[in-house]
Amino acid sequence: MRRVYMDHSATTPVRAEVAEEMYKYIIDNFGNPTSLHSFGRQVRNAVEEARENVAASIGAKTNEIVFTSGGTESDNMAIHGVAHANKNKGNHIITSAVEHHAVINTVKALGKEGFTITIIPVDKHGVVDPDDVANAITEKTILVTIMHANNEVGTIQPIQEISKITREHGVIFHTDAVQSFGKIPVNVDDLGVDLLTISGHKIYAPKGIGALYIRKGTRWKQSLFHGGSQERLRRAGTENVAGIVALGKACRLATDDLESEARHISQLRDRLIEEVTSNISYVNITGHPTRRIPGHASFCFQYIEGESMLLSLDMKGIAASSGSACTSGSLEPSHVLLSMGIPHEVAHGSIRLTLGRDNTEEDIDYFMEVMQPIVERLRAMSPLDQETEFQMNSECEACKVSSSCRA
Amino acid sequence: MYTEKVMDHFENPRNVGEISDADGVGQVGNPTCGDIMKIYIKVDQNTISDVRFKTFGCGAAIATSSMVTELVKGKTLEEALQISNNSVAEALDGLPPKKMHCSNLAADALHAAIKDYREKNGK
Repeated sequence: MRRVYMDHSATTPVRAEVAEEMYKYIIDNFGNPTSLHSFGRQVRNAVEEARENVAASIGAKTNEIVFTSGGTESDNMAIHGVAHANKNKGNHIITSAVEHHAVINTVKALGKEGFTITIIPVDKHGVVDPDDVANAITEKTILVTIMHANNEVGTIQPIQEISKITREHGVIFHTDAVQSFGKIPVNVDDLGVDLLTISGHKIYAPKGIGALYIRKGTRWKQSLFHGGSQERLRRAGTENVAGIVALGKACRLATDDLESEARHISQLRDRLIEEVTSNISYVNITGHPTRRIPGHASFCFQYIEGESMLLSLDMKGIAASSGSACTSGSLEPSHVLLSMGIPHEVAHGSIRLTLGRDNTEEDIDYFMEVMQPIVERLRAMSPLDQETEFQMNSECEACKVSSSCRA
Repeated sequence: MYTEKVMDHFENPRNVGEISDADGVGQVGNPTCGDIMKIYIKVDQNTISDVRFKTFGCGAAIATSSMVTELVKGKTLEEALQISNNSVAEALDGLPPKKMHCSNLAADALHAAIKDYREKNGK
């Protein structure tokens, strides 16, 4: 059976060049980079070279990069670290309603430790209004953490506009760039951020490696990990050398290929969206129509439930994901879709297709060939009356997908 | 995460559809929670002679609906009322724990259809 992977926002395959580089640091160069002897020194050089590559790929200085175990650790480390280092200044943290759980749950945990939290809402496309951030800032505000691009709907946030505001107020700004890095330009000075999270396995490096950028001079301290003096006292624990080397390599490849890949992948994505919306009825695209990362297509198929679609696609060899309750692990559909004002019943039919460098035109053909009968079959089984059930009063396209549409 | 039996009933659901002159119709769930099951029955001399279903929901919702129609065909109403959500799940070799309470409603829909039949017939 044909197998088509359309879930690159979940994870990506490791590129052969990356795996080859890693292999050397698992088998031959196994030393501990902290060791004084030649085994250690050899590996130390590789770690520092990787750091240079990571730093260069986001326009940072090498000593501003700390290697971590991935996006979740970087987010935790950034948020806890700023919160605890600035406790004497204030206790207010601002975030958005569409953050990844690694951010939103970290912020909520701090909320139970005496910090006050403001969660900024988003519009129907999932965009944060910078004015809302400006209005939320008080003299107690110590941190704003808002993601660069959303994992579920691909919407890119106005990070530059927000950073102008945080700078004016002298508030530290962290962004989770896990979904944007390697897909669109990510430069810490252009974005104006103080801390930035990246993850390896979204950019064709393995799982278990990531990095946190901490701008020089940012009031931050390591508040989670206690141990040795690795990473200049910022992250204890023997370095994941093979992972670090892989991340360095993947960052370089991503930077080199950024433009050509973005072009190839957005073309495929645009065709996918066009074909789905013109050939299948009662489908809404979720997220921003244009301000979205390349490769990211997300929809709600009305009158069908997401998990049923995923299972049916999986039987045909296609890998996708959904924000429906059945796949979220809770009884609620995705908080991202709900906060965009998408009604529960529509959110249950959500599906996310995220394309990567290996996807082809034939993959899109195959998806369309398979998806149409799946939708027909599941809709034929559905007791919902497709003429009247989700009837909307308006002809506005946005109203059909979002109850918060005010157009 | 699903058993082979669940996947079989999801892929090849039995007795999908409606009965236009059904003697009883039962519906449970709502679109907000993501599962709706509708069961149609035909009753002949206190026995379920035909049964159909329509379901909006996840794999477990579809498979349990399909399974309940298989279990109930040819049974008397009293026997049909003995079928519980748990026995439907058992017949499918089990369901993942989190599906047990949210998508395992097919027996409830069946019972609602029987209740509807009895009310219509003044029993």
